[in-house]
Amino acid sequence: MTEPDREIAKPQGFIGKYVFSTDHKVIGLQYTFLALFAVLVAMVLSWLMRMHLGWPDVSIPLLGMLSPTGAPGGLITPEYYLSLMTIHGTLMIFFVLTIAPQSGFGNFLLPLQIGARGMALPRLNRLTFWITFGAFCVLLSPFFISDGPPITGWTAYAPLSAVGPIGGPGEGMGQDLWLIAIGLFCLATVLGSVNFMTTTLSLRARGMTLMRLPLPCWAWFLTAVLSLLSFTVLLGACILLMMDRVAGTSIFLPAGLVVSGELLHRSGGSPMLWQHLFWFFGHPEVYITILPAMGIVSHIVSCFSRKPVFAYRAMVYSLMAIGFLSFMVWGHHMFVSGMNPYTGFAFAVLTMVVAVPSAVKAFNWMGTMWGGRLRFTTAMLFAIGFVSLFVTGGLTGLFLAQPPLDAYLHETYFVVGHLHLIMGMVVIFAIFAGIYFWFPKMFGRLLNETLGKIHFGFTFIGAYVIFMPMLFLGLEGNPRRYSALTDNFLKPLVPLHQFITVAALVVGAAQFIFLFNFFWSLFKGPQASENPWEATSLEWTVPSPPPPGNFPGALPKVYHGAYEYSVPGAEKDFVMQDSPEEISAS
Amino acid sequence: MEAAILTPSKPSPPGDCVPPPGKGNDGGGGGQGGRGGDGSRGPSNPPLPLGAYRIAIWIALASISMLFLALTSAMVVRAEISGDWVHTAIPPILYFNTLVLISSSLTLELSRKALRRAAGNKFARWLYLTIALGILFLAGQFVAWRELAARGIYINTNPGSSFFYLLTAAHAVHLLGGILALLYLVFRRRQIIAVPRKRIAVDVTAIYWHFMDGLWIYLLILLMVKL
Repeated sequence: MTEPDREIAKPQGFIGKYVFSTDHKVIGLQYTFLALFAVLVAMVLSWLMRMHLGWPDVSIPLLGMLSPTGAPGGLITPEYYLSLMTIHGTLMIFFVLTIAPQSGFGNFLLPLQIGARGMALPRLNRLTFWITFGAFCVLLSPFFISDGPPITGWTAYAPLSAVGPIGGPGEGMGQDLWLIAIGLFCLATVLGSVNFMTTTLSLRARGMTLMRLPLPCWAWFLTAVLSLLSFTVLLGACILLMMDRVAGTSIFLPAGLVVSGELLHRSGGSPMLWQHLFWFFGHPEVYITILPAMGIVSHIVSCFSRKPVFAYRAMVYSLMAIGFLSFMVWGHHMFVSGMNPYTGFAFAVLTMVVAVPSAVKAFNWMGTMWGGRLRFTTAMLFAIGFVSLFVTGGLTGLFLAQPPLDAYLHETYFVVGHLHLIMGMVVIFAIFAGIYFWFPKMFGRLLNETLGKIHFGFTFIGAYVIFMPMLFLGLEGNPRRYSALTDNFLKPLVPLHQFITVAALVVGAAQFIFLFNFFWSLFKGPQASENPWEATSLEWTVPSPPPPGNFPGALPKVYHGAYEYSVPGAEKDFVMQDSPEEISAS
Repeated sequence: MEAAILTPSKPSPPGDCVPPPGKGNDGGGGGQGGRGGDGSRGPSNPPLPLGAYRIAIWIALASISMLFLALTSAMVVRAEISGDWVHTAIPPILYFNTLVLISSSLTLELSRKALRRAAGNKFARWLYLTIALGILFLAGQFVAWRELAARGIYINTNPGSSFFYLLTAAHAVHLLGGILALLYLVFRRRQIIAVPRKRIAVDVTAIYWHFMDGLWIYLLILLMVKL
């Protein structure tokens, strides 16, 4: 009995083609454009924060009109500073760093790289994007209510996040909306993870064994496992917090809380419980952001070194080790919470252990490049920049992993510098590398390499210029999340803050070079061939952009691993995965 | 020089119809089913291997387990730390509801058995009974909540009652999802009976339903334990 073929998503009208599509390529681009919009909004928020830190008495143009309660006369109030910080962090971590590498690139590329016509569950995929979009709208909606967004940071620590409107501006409906947005985001991410895992396990082409998978596919798969297990914990935590806020429970609220002169009639709850639940999610979350980035960079570095990934198996196992260990180190965010020093010791040791597979990867990227015939395309430059920032940011993490050092450095700018280097800059560099690499495949046109290199120069140097000084600020004891640097020991540091602000604004402006390049090339860039980079993976065997159904004709059969570059005796310096050319397995 | 390895596709699972190999340019893809196009219909897209749906539902169940594990650990911690924990006595109707849910799992299995024997009428009727029992369970849970309210125990009365309401409500929401899935099966019963491949929908719904049953038993034991 012949079973009917599955329908290949064919474009039907504007809505069916671009809005409610089940085509994974469209959905991947929808996520990518959502992340692009989110990063612009979050970047502007960071500019406002930085301007306030450097020049708190200077009125910011237009802001007084846009936020009359938060910034009367263009001067940001302390509470509004915290609101900006909260939404900046939430947007960047969830809607940029979690979405772009995984849901953006992953949705577009996973079926192509494994040789499938689409994701396993296309309608679920469509649903998850629109839930994510809904979450985005809900997250930004507090800017339009009188109290504004919440002030508790992306970490939403109890008890401030649990006490309700008496906690301050934004702690009423603003915090409720934040919780709803994050809850929706958790749901969408978990459903997306089901799709990624099912697709990778079930839809690989003939000959595509697990050990022939391109590294991004491994990374997307393992990230999906991490998401599946950690975002549900965040969902549970958000439900519990919502109960404290609206149902009168005392899960995170201790006895004796006096807020704004009012004694709260709750008791028995534990703010520490929120921290444990949040960071049990929060630490895997940062690995969720970086694992796909690592996969993407491995792929790009190999292509532009014209060499196989150094120790492919070690790269796979280290991805697994990092993912596994990421669930065991959450306490390093809580060293100063009063935990038993032996517990602190255990978390510290495990945190240092995570550095081992990370170092394996860093050495392997360098090993991949060593002796290769390097091609310094913009994508390669951003990939190398990724390795540089990964080492720098990672090393600062080792400082923070020591409880005695963290006792001093916790809640200082050292942490801010660390997290922006290792998470902000590192993952953003991987996203840029991925965009410069896959733009031809996604849109059928080439980005301008000269503009790309200028963009790289500003961004790479800028990353260090902005965030290295923050490490010094932290060592000087500059606390984070302060909107006013008026203490006697902070006033001398203001000039350094001003320097950082100027650097941030310059680097921010340089991003418009990228935006111009992106949108101009979208319409006017030179046409891209099927395989402009001479890469080996399956997405480079199809037209740019790929048609509905991805592979015109039959699905590919895979004969080789993903990194057959400079194979001795081969016809060219690369052998594509679906090429029947025989090569010696050495 | 060794020949490059071409790993053959996995054999199709039993019960899945596999056509004889077609022309050379047919889609070979996922490995099962779907004769290739004759050129005029465009490239072929073989149906998703049935095992994929099973993998998907087990993965989804792993995430649901993680949610209830997180809530369990929050509950245990909250119970231990403050000395203000009051154990909520289980309303007796909960035991009846448990029997109802277990029965619904049995009726669902009877429904699947009937489907395997292609007894379409019996399949539908056991399915209706399963749905009815599921709704009866939810109604019983609602009665339990009203019983607690009558005793003056609400969600914010004490931490024990908070978690009682939370866990039973979280389970009820997921069970409601299961009922919607069963209603979908009823809606599509004709195709399910006619096309063997579509029976996977019944299989994955059953896996989900039985898991909800097991989860309920776990929650009941957890709520019975005096922390």
